[in-house]
Amino acid sequence: MQMIKEEFDAIVIGAGMSGNAAAYTMASDGLKVLQLERGEYPGSKNVQGAIMYANMLEKIVPDFRDDAPLERHLVEQRLWVMDETSHTGIHYRSDDFNEVKPNRYTIIRAQFDKWFSRRVRGAGATVLCETTVTELVRDAKGKVIGVRTDRAGGAIYADVVVLAEGVCGLLGTRGGLRKMLKPEAVALAVKEMHFLPEEVIEQRFGVKGSEGCVIEAIGTISHGMAGLGFLYTNKESISLGIGCLVSDFAAKMESPYALLDALKNHPSIRPLIAGSEVKEYAAHLIPEGGYKAIPQLFGDGWVVVGDAAQLNNAVHREGSNLAMTSGRIAAEAIIQVKRRNDPMTKRNLALYKTMLDKSFVVKDLRKYKDMPALLHTNARNFFTTYPLLMSQAAQNFMRVDGTPKIEKEKATTAAFIKARSRLGLVSDAIRLALAWR
Amino acid sequence: MTNSGTKLRVEDKLYQNRYLVDTGRPHIKVRPHKQPSANLLALTRVCPAKCYELNDKGQVEITADGCMECGTCRILCETSGEIEWNYPRGGFGVLFKFG
Repeated sequence: MQMIKEEFDAIVIGAGMSGNAAAYTMASDGLKVLQLERGEYPGSKNVQGAIMYANMLEKIVPDFRDDAPLERHLVEQRLWVMDETSHTGIHYRSDDFNEVKPNRYTIIRAQFDKWFSRRVRGAGATVLCETTVTELVRDAKGKVIGVRTDRAGGAIYADVVVLAEGVCGLLGTRGGLRKMLKPEAVALAVKEMHFLPEEVIEQRFGVKGSEGCVIEAIGTISHGMAGLGFLYTNKESISLGIGCLVSDFAAKMESPYALLDALKNHPSIRPLIAGSEVKEYAAHLIPEGGYKAIPQLFGDGWVVVGDAAQLNNAVHREGSNLAMTSGRIAAEAIIQVKRRNDPMTKRNLALYKTMLDKSFVVKDLRKYKDMPALLHTNARNFFTTYPLLMSQAAQNFMRVDGTPKIEKEKATTAAFIKARSRLGLVSDAIRLALAWR
Repeated sequence: MTNSGTKLRVEDKLYQNRYLVDTGRPHIKVRPHKQPSANLLALTRVCPAKCYELNDKGQVEITADGCMECGTCRILCETSGEIEWNYPRGGFGVLFKFG
């Protein structure tokens, strides 16, 4: 291959959100960028719910609304707590979300990533698909100076390698840059794409035009595991899925597809997808370790961004915005180092971490640093006991059966105390408040 | 396939997906073993593509053709050396149309 003779300013491994953001930002600034993607096309290996956050993309591609494949802008969010037969929860819908530049959109990742990659190419980067990077190349001092791929032709060299390799992070873990993910710090999510006519989606969710609605749910749907179900409306399809911690799946020997089928058959979900045509079934890991799981982010000749760096906010279910922001910030740090004509050493690339620490990415993750441990070690209480109690309390409140109200209230209070004890309730509330603060 | 609310087999789910199988070069291998560990055994249930199955000798075998490359098995069993895990060669494996 001819290009192997060339040397690049930067090699970006992976064409997901973080890799595309990094490649686009560097190429737009005139850097000579090579991006390597193992899939047939960018997006062909990528899976997300997916909600895309406009503000963070706007900082990278200000005119993205002109041609990006956006599905629906979100005007309604439903947060559900479910038991076997019911859901209760909060709905927030606002006409304020019908704005000139909407805040959140649903997207279909494979299509969105293809678009983003076209923009990356347009900015001047070389994008090479169907190329799996097999190894990082280092010099005698251990500095990363390039990569080897599964294509014939030897190593490809660059001043810096941006590892945007995704949640599995094969190269970084094998190369000793960071530790293997722990089963309790990662969730496995499965998802189906349910196709329905546009007007059916509009009717069922009470939306019109490009308005959209999303549902996120916890409860007995995760069978006592720390997990979340989700339903996102696209233009002509619904993304429906559920994810739980890998450690919980293994300990309970649960099958993710069985959970998904149970969710599909839940009386609150079934009517929403009735008559749909399923066109794809996907699975993907999600980093859940939060702030405490963030690995070393930079070194001699390399930086790591996105899911590979565990940058995911489990509480707010945000990942792609953290990914694209970390990609952009890493690129901006690299551009600054290059402008000063400084080498891409660990010391100089520390600028990336300094800049990332000042951004919402690390600030948000730090805010919830104790949340993963709390939710993961108390999965049964937070994902089954409380949802059941809430459902019983709601039904007790709604059902009119001649029982005096005072007795109903007493029964509800007694149920909570019986399930968790007074001390347990207070302790859960305090721990949750502390972790949230 | 129309969702009629009936229970689907995972094989039917995977049938919807597109794959380019690298014939004769499976990207995941299970090391020979007499008895599977708890984590390896769990893969027969936890793998979202049901790639892992128990044979009649009580050992875990893999057929990686339907693999969605999620990496769950790697998280659970690579450190112990029970499985050998790599991405498929460039261009091979699952091809998500929607993702």
